[in-house]
Amino acid sequence: MLDFPPWKRAWLWFVTLAFAVASLPSLVSVAGGPWPSFLPKPEVHLGLDLAGGSHILLEADAGQVAKQRLESMEESVRGALRNAQPRVRIGDFSSSGGRLSFMVEDAGQVDAAREAILPLTSGAGLSVQRDWKIEVVDGQRFILTPSQSGIDQAVSGAMESVTEVVRKRIDALGTREPTIIRQGATRIVVQVPGLQDPKQLKDLLGKTAKLEFKLVDTTALPSDIAQGIAPPGSEIVPYAEAAPGQPALIAVKRLGGIKGDNLTNAQQGFSQQSNQPVVNITFNQQGGAKFAKLTTENVNRPFAIILDGKVLSAPNINEPILGGSAQISGSFSVESATQLAIALKSGALPVDLKVIEERTVGPDLGADSITKGAIAMLVGSVALMTFIMLSYGRFGAYACAALFLNILMIIGVMGIAGTTLTLPGIAGFVLTIGAAVDANVLINERIREERKRGRRVVQAVELGYKEASRAIFDANITNAIAAVLMFLFGSGPVRGFAVVLMIGIVTSVFTAVTLTRMWVAGWLRKARPSDLNL
Amino acid sequence: MKLLKLVPDNTNIHFLRWQWPFFISNILAMIAAVVLLFTHGLNLGVDFVGGQMIRATFVENSAAPVAELRDKVGSLGYGEPIIQQFGKPNEVSIRMKLPEGSEQHAELADAMANKITSTLKQAYPGVRIDGVDSVSGKVSGELFKTGMLALVLAMVGISIYIWARFEWQFGVGALFALVQDLLLTIGMFSLTQMEFDLNIVAALLTLLGYSLNDKIVVYDRIREDMRKYRQMDMRVLLNLSVNETLARTIVTSLSMLITLVALLLLGPDVIFGFTAAITFGIFVGTYSSIYMAAPILIWLKVNPKSFVPTESEMDRQERLARERG
Repeated sequence: MLDFPPWKRAWLWFVTLAFAVASLPSLVSVAGGPWPSFLPKPEVHLGLDLAGGSHILLEADAGQVAKQRLESMEESVRGALRNAQPRVRIGDFSSSGGRLSFMVEDAGQVDAAREAILPLTSGAGLSVQRDWKIEVVDGQRFILTPSQSGIDQAVSGAMESVTEVVRKRIDALGTREPTIIRQGATRIVVQVPGLQDPKQLKDLLGKTAKLEFKLVDTTALPSDIAQGIAPPGSEIVPYAEAAPGQPALIAVKRLGGIKGDNLTNAQQGFSQQSNQPVVNITFNQQGGAKFAKLTTENVNRPFAIILDGKVLSAPNINEPILGGSAQISGSFSVESATQLAIALKSGALPVDLKVIEERTVGPDLGADSITKGAIAMLVGSVALMTFIMLSYGRFGAYACAALFLNILMIIGVMGIAGTTLTLPGIAGFVLTIGAAVDANVLINERIREERKRGRRVVQAVELGYKEASRAIFDANITNAIAAVLMFLFGSGPVRGFAVVLMIGIVTSVFTAVTLTRMWVAGWLRKARPSDLNL
Repeated sequence: MKLLKLVPDNTNIHFLRWQWPFFISNILAMIAAVVLLFTHGLNLGVDFVGGQMIRATFVENSAAPVAELRDKVGSLGYGEPIIQQFGKPNEVSIRMKLPEGSEQHAELADAMANKITSTLKQAYPGVRIDGVDSVSGKVSGELFKTGMLALVLAMVGISIYIWARFEWQFGVGALFALVQDLLLTIGMFSLTQMEFDLNIVAALLTLLGYSLNDKIVVYDRIREDMRKYRQMDMRVLLNLSVNETLARTIVTSLSMLITLVALLLLGPDVIFGFTAAITFGIFVGTYSSIYMAAPILIWLKVNPKSFVPTESEMDRQERLARERG
């Protein structure tokens, strides 16, 4: 037990110092000092509750993904049947209840229809499973039901692009070191340290920025529009801001419009006529061609510019627009036009995002917490170490040295692992330190006890470590079990606690048991004491 | 140098003499905690019930004008605020229910926060807004569920391990003692109406960890003594074990208290409730080791024959020493 050959000592010191040194960047950074840039910098990040900043949890509307998928499937099915040879005529199309259903007019074409639709229903990649189930009921009615795995995959894909868009938008705002993490199936956490007023950020993230150009249905009667009744093939859309005396609603054709997602650029500018803020957009080649076609075919008709389901304006097409660029007018301020430009440039969000949790911590509070926390920790540690040394003398000094190295090692490991220290993390720290101190108290009390029973010095020390180790081992294993369960099943703060606890359990046992034993053994060998002052 | 010895050698305090009075008061305390929980409830933070919390410090005042604030914020038309001081007397948290319909329109919650903060800034030029938390009902429900799940699973997992390492009675004893710790601490929160938020769940976990540590040390000694003194009456044996570990118990608890008191007095105000919970837990955790975890073993009829007789470490050492001559 007390045998430490030189290679073992060297190895233990190497491990200890390697992790302890890794804590330096974090400590230097908290103290506000510089860190040479040529050295690696494994740093513990301070959570927003300690450092200040904004935390925003966004949730995507998964139902919307399914709905959009249904819509695009409808268009594909219609297109496929129209282009089939010979053309398959259908009617009674409905997309209610989360599935598509339609009648094939000629019962003889059912097989041809199935043939035409089949390629549209296969899953992505190499999966054998189909994303849509095709059923034919009553001889002529097709029912297409989406499979759950297909929907899940679509949601997951949508979330991927959502994350991408969110990242682009936040980068465009120029905020520093944002953290953007997907959480669960439909959520995204955005954390921006130091950001005090998250309003701008939230406005930007909340903007879906789905831009559409649709033709105005001029045949609709104003009285019908006011009641929300659209002619077949059209839909009623509200104005974003209705001018006084103007109708608040407008009828537009459902199909045949184009989407504004093929943009290469979007910039805030000013209108040459009215000098009002506008957004100038530039289509890519494909989008430009579509836009040119739409405007060429509909000269002298009005078309509506629709953003996120609301009409910004409905200007007349005076002449074909062939250059691939256009101007969006509306009642913008410079700020809102700039924001829309950022949103359009970063691409539309495939689904709407909603803020479901938001936390902001002021910088003063954060800085205050850190200073006070550091002072309290320092005072507490000094008082604790004094108490331990008064109680156990030389053995207490070993315990304190081990505790000091333990703290450095925890910070070091956390830095290397890139973990974030939050308030609950500090709780984990406190528990770890408690357990580490307890380990040494157990050992030292046991040595005392064995001495009282009249054992010789070396034997008492050996037994003290051996007998105390059992309880230390059991206590740490149970805490480790708890930590793992908390990490697996807990949420944010509970996990922050569990991570520190798991790291701390390992370093505590290492420093409080192994290191102190090495030091005590070294001292026993050198000094050969006949009695212990314990 | 003379070393500090808080506990004299060879103590023989008859702890278990009062096991019944203590047990009855334990049960009464637990019942009281449950009754409190039902009558007073917990002052649940926005983490668990949803809503908005604005934290503010009145830098120029020595105390926050709580009553005045209640009128001012209450008259804004968003309902009655819950206003509470925490940490220093000039720091308050203002809690509001989220406005109707904010599940769909997040801007409503923003508007409320803006209205309240601007009202504060106008009325009190020296006010500092320290933080704004908005948690929707959906998220708060989940936070509550996962928090509780983590707590319960941790306790069950721990008990199973103790059962495997010791005997089933020890597992049950530990579980009961941990439940007692939790109930009393939660009762304390109900009594003082300190805010109960997610950070407090972390504090409860810390308390559980510490308390458990204590129980294992006592149990380990009981197991050792049961192997050593196979004819001893259980009550005497438990008393012996508690006395043998008393010095360690006192020193360790004091060490923890020293650091915690430093955090309580000098630490940041945001962690006051959190540190208070852990400090309280040190007391109940130590207490429950002696008056819950240990006596339960008697009632569950653990006896020295439960353990396989093994040669104790000391006996082996002595035998080896003899053989070496």
